Amino acid sequence: MENAQATDATLVNAYVQGCEKSLSILITRHQHRIYSFIYSKVFDKDVAEDVFQDTFIKVINTLKRGKYNEEGKFLPWVMRIAHNLVIDHFRKNKRMPKFENNGDFNIFSVLSDGDLNVETQLIKDQIESDVQELIKELPEDQLEVLTMRIYKEMSFKEISESTGVSINTALGRMRYALINLRKIIEKHNLILTN
Amino acid sequence: MENIYLKSSKEGQLNHLNPKKETIQFLLNYSKALVITDYKMMKFEALLN
Repeated sequence: MENAQATDATLVNAYVQGCEKSLSILITRHQHRIYSFIYSKVFDKDVAEDVFQDTFIKVINTLKRGKYNEEGKFLPWVMRIAHNLVIDHFRKNKRMPKFENNGDFNIFSVLSDGDLNVETQLIKDQIESDVQELIKELPEDQLEVLTMRIYKEMSFKEISESTGVSINTALGRMRYALINLRKIIEKHNLILTN
Repeated sequence: MENIYLKSSKEGQLNHLNPKKETIQFLLNYSKALVITDYKMMKFEALLN
């Protein structure tokens, strides 16, 4: 009871001398002001909890190392440590911003998994096999150029060398192949998208 | 509309804020476990369980 009414300076002094209970009283006495101060800056209970903990770890380390000069300003000193740690928190977050899901914005609406799921993979396979069937309807010369360009990933220079036609002719055949392919798709009323 | 005006302000919420008991307990245990030993010009820090 005697301790509970002691000044901060007395308690700090007692704590430095080894009285652990003094720390408990100091924390209990100031926890609300310090925690509220931190929360008023970060507006996140978990972050406030972390900063509060880090603040008192610094306080404990400094006091136990005997580096604290008692000038009757315990609370302003602790508040200054908390303030600096809040600034550190925001600096760290600026480098690595944290997104939280609240009602208005869902981060997963803009981030997506690049891999296809089973359904889209099945659709993709189906589309690819349909296209392979469709291109068989193209004239032989166009089919040849399209196959070399799309499936064998050859350049137009390589295609022209391989088929013995000029690059311009190969380009023209590719263009007509695509135009005709679109016409075939339209004719069959096909929708080839995921 | 009523809800907007009846919502308590952030200042109001701040009046009921306190850290968790676990956090306080952790700090007290940390303090008890931390021992700083002076040796000549050096300080050695030890955390005892």
